[in-house]
Amino acid sequence: MKNNQPARRLGLRGWVYAGKYSFERYLYLGHRLSGLGLVAYMVLHIVETANRMRGEQAWAELMALFASPPFKVIEYLLFALAVFHAMNGIRLFLVELAFFSGKPQEPVYPYKSSVLKHRPLTYVVMILAGLLMALGGSSLFFP
Amino acid sequence: MPGEKIITFRIRRFDPEADSAPHWESYAVSVFEGMTVLEALHKIKAEQAPTLAWRSSCRMGVCGSCGMFVNQLPQLACQTQVLHLKADVISIEPLPNYPNVKDLVPDLQPLFEKHTQVKPFIIRLDDIQEMEHPAGEFLQTPEEREAFSQFTYCIKCGLCLAACPTVATDPHFLGPQALTQAYRYSADNRDDGVYNRLDSVDAFHGAYQCHMAGACSHACPKGVDPAFAIQLLKRTLVLDHFGFGKKEAQTAAVLPLADVVKALEEFAPPPRTVK
Ligand code: HEM
Ligand code: SF4
Ligand code: FES
Repeated sequence: MKNNQPARRLGLRGWVYAGKYSFERYLYLGHRLSGLGLVAYMVLHIVETANRMRGEQAWAELMALFASPPFKVIEYLLFALAVFHAMNGIRLFLVELAFFSGKPQEPVYPYKSSVLKHRPLTYVVMILAGLLMALGGSSLFFP
Repeated sequence: MPGEKIITFRIRRFDPEADSAPHWESYAVSVFEGMTVLEALHKIKAEQAPTLAWRSSCRMGVCGSCGMFVNQLPQLACQTQVLHLKADVISIEPLPNYPNVKDLVPDLQPLFEKHTQVKPFIIRLDDIQEMEHPAGEFLQTPEEREAFSQFTYCIKCGLCLAACPTVATDPHFLGPQALTQAYRYSADNRDDGVYNRLDSVDAFHGAYQCHMAGACSHACPKGVDPAFAIQLLKRTLVLDHFGFGKKEAQTAAVLPLADVVKALEEFAPPPRTVK
């Protein structure tokens, strides 16, 4: 039978909704959001540094604003975003070349997928990310 | 029966010939220990909703026709026990990312079209003569078979495409099932390798659209681990791109038919179990 219905694509909900899937499915979402966040920051960063063209006075005022506590927090969030993205990026780089994922094997129930097999790596990079975030936070807020 | 429990099934109903839009219907069913979602659907159809449509056949996880979106996860209705879902209300929709034919019936045509795009069969350009007029069998050691055996268990149920976040927005992405089969044949030492499939897998909608969310492997009911096959495929493509690991014209030698027959004759048949 020829069916002319359009596909019921999940669309953006399919990216965002990680539901009952595994932890790595949430990292997929986090990686995408942090990547987009970093791109957004790059744009803002160019806009921000362009203020130097408005003279030394304007630049000094802007820098004073960025030294204020709310901007410190924003700066820290940005740092945390970058750390998460970089650490998870290292995991993705390795796993997408099939490292740390075991070998193909006969599927015997209960199945253990390559995602579960590389979970130790997931934990290692997340713990590293946490350590870096703590270190960065302590040097930013308690210099 | 002891341990029976009333469970509410919220089912997305849609008859394109009668309805202008889909709607949800609720059915209360008394569920017993061990009852599958498929059995519950049969009960609903028998007692409450005679027009309810879905697709199933083997009711044992082999034919791959009963995939549906049960409580927001793509699952086989025949392999999913209702009480294992640990919910009093269970929602059932047709598999997402496919057209909907009626009620719970998805149109799996996109799956089959993508599957054919990766040429899921042995291609052996260096030995056309043997391919066209076989005179024996290509040899394969158990280790050589293990390299891809896991990926041969695919039942084409399409759950992985319903789970995949890339398929959710990219209609042309080959998807976990087809890419897995591309690897399954490319890793087979009787095949020439990935070179004959580059036009589909090394292309924009090919292997690199996979971002390793791992949802397909989570959903796969047969333990095929499509996410793993795709990463192995990427590794093959990357190594090939940088000039490493290029498989020599593959090694599987031909065992002449006479030798195959001889080898078979040396096997004693198993003892009869039926008079
Ligand atoms: C050490 C630094 C970084 C590492 C190791 C890294 C690693 C990665 C990797 C491996 C991917 C591909 C993941 C996939 O398969 O989907 C990726 C995606 C991406 N990265 Fe980075 N990255 C880094 C820095 C950055 C920076 C500075 C930016 C922003 C300017 C950025 C923006 C993105 C974006 C937008 C994506 C696409 C996300 C997606 O498709 O979901 N990354 N990164
Ligand atoms: S890879 Fe698994 S989920 Fe995908 S079609 Fe094959 S059996 Fe179904
Ligand atoms: S009915 Fe065959 S797989 Fe479920």
